Amino acid sequence: MSEHAIPDHGRLIPRDRTVHPAPRDPEYKTSVTRSPNLPLLSMESSPSEETGPTFGHGLLGKLDNNLILNFSQGAAPALGERILMHGRVLDQDGRAVPNTLVEIWQANAGGRYRHKKDTYFAPLDPNFGGCGRTITDENGYYEFMTIRPGAYPWPNRGNDWRPMHIHASVFGHSFGQRLITQMYFEGDPLIDHCPIAATIKDRASLDRLVAPLDFSKSRPLDYLAYKFDIVLRGRRQTMFENKLEGM
Amino acid sequence: MVQKIDTLIESASQTAGPYVHIGLMPTYAGNGGSFETEVGTDPIAGKIEGEIIEIVGSVFDGTGWALRDVLIESWQCDANGLFPGQDGADPNFTGFCRFAADAETGEYTLRTVKPGSYTGRNGVESAPHISLWIVSRGINIGLNTRIYFSDCDNSGDPLLGRIEQRPRVDTLIARKTDDGRYRFDIRLQGEGETVFLDI
Repeated sequence: MSEHAIPDHGRLIPRDRTVHPAPRDPEYKTSVTRSPNLPLLSMESSPSEETGPTFGHGLLGKLDNNLILNFSQGAAPALGERILMHGRVLDQDGRAVPNTLVEIWQANAGGRYRHKKDTYFAPLDPNFGGCGRTITDENGYYEFMTIRPGAYPWPNRGNDWRPMHIHASVFGHSFGQRLITQMYFEGDPLIDHCPIAATIKDRASLDRLVAPLDFSKSRPLDYLAYKFDIVLRGRRQTMFENKLEGM
Repeated sequence: MVQKIDTLIESASQTAGPYVHIGLMPTYAGNGGSFETEVGTDPIAGKIEGEIIEIVGSVFDGTGWALRDVLIESWQCDANGLFPGQDGADPNFTGFCRFAADAETGEYTLRTVKPGSYTGRNGVESAPHISLWIVSRGINIGLNTRIYFSDCDNSGDPLLGRIEQRPRVDTLIARKTDDGRYRFDIRLQGEGETVFLDI
């Protein structure tokens, strides 16, 4: 057993699960057999959730955050509408989350993933792999160069289509902050028809996953920009935090 | 009117989808070389203290079918109960592993070090455990659970003590099958449903 005290950075703020998707949603059929029936066991966070893996900037290759070039190692650009995806990772207290790993993956411009299980007949782009990663800077800021992914059909109800989206995975500074989400694009009419987007019952919560077109970051004659901020759980820190319960 | 609370709202989760491996485990997805070094491939980065163990299991859906497309992440302390980054923690142990079910059999293997116990707030000791985070197509928000061990004293653990229906405690305990080998199956729903955590 350890003699060293675990540094105490405060408990995590409990998740407000009403802003998250319903685990079971009959319109998203796969969720029906993959969602717990019984209630989750709610507990205050412990060191196991308040600590987490860290990744250094040395992990990253030069093109890891450039999906237009990283699959061909810079030899030839991917096809599609060139975009910059950028934003900040923040916690619920509005503080930047610096030095945290952000990983993304997406379909190509035709709506096809480079995955052995994707058999959609839109062709693969020989110069597009579809994954990227970066680490946020000291202000929690990140950016990716990529192409706008295509919408695509998927087997669910009779005729379901995914809106254009980019998957994002974020660590934060503790295992209890771990989050995977999706960025949608402003103005995409398919968002309102998508049963996966609709697993989020709170409209404002879904709207926060829709990235606005951001001309302030768009580069003339080169690319458009979309801004996507990601908010992770915060930590509760009060002056009373370290007192014995009831005192 | 009352004052405005300026706390931000957490971004909503969305399913990791069927192609999560592209982004998080490119080699598994058939896209090896996408990154020079992938993260979480091995929590053991060199000679380490403690017992190296293998935990094998499957993640079953409500019909009893083992998920072929599930991805799991684990986080834990080292053999002495120290988390990576903490003073004195084993420098060759990262604490973090990322692994997937086999696409044919639906079975996963986690190779790691057996964690020690640690003392949390107010001097409460936690029995050795590994935290898991489970994502896949059809899982709309990642599922948290823990692996405890059948050959450890779990009697005083504060989390296991909170489980009202005592038989459900067993869903969090890996069963020892051989020296250094354990079985830990996860049932997403139905009979023997694993205890999942909101923590």
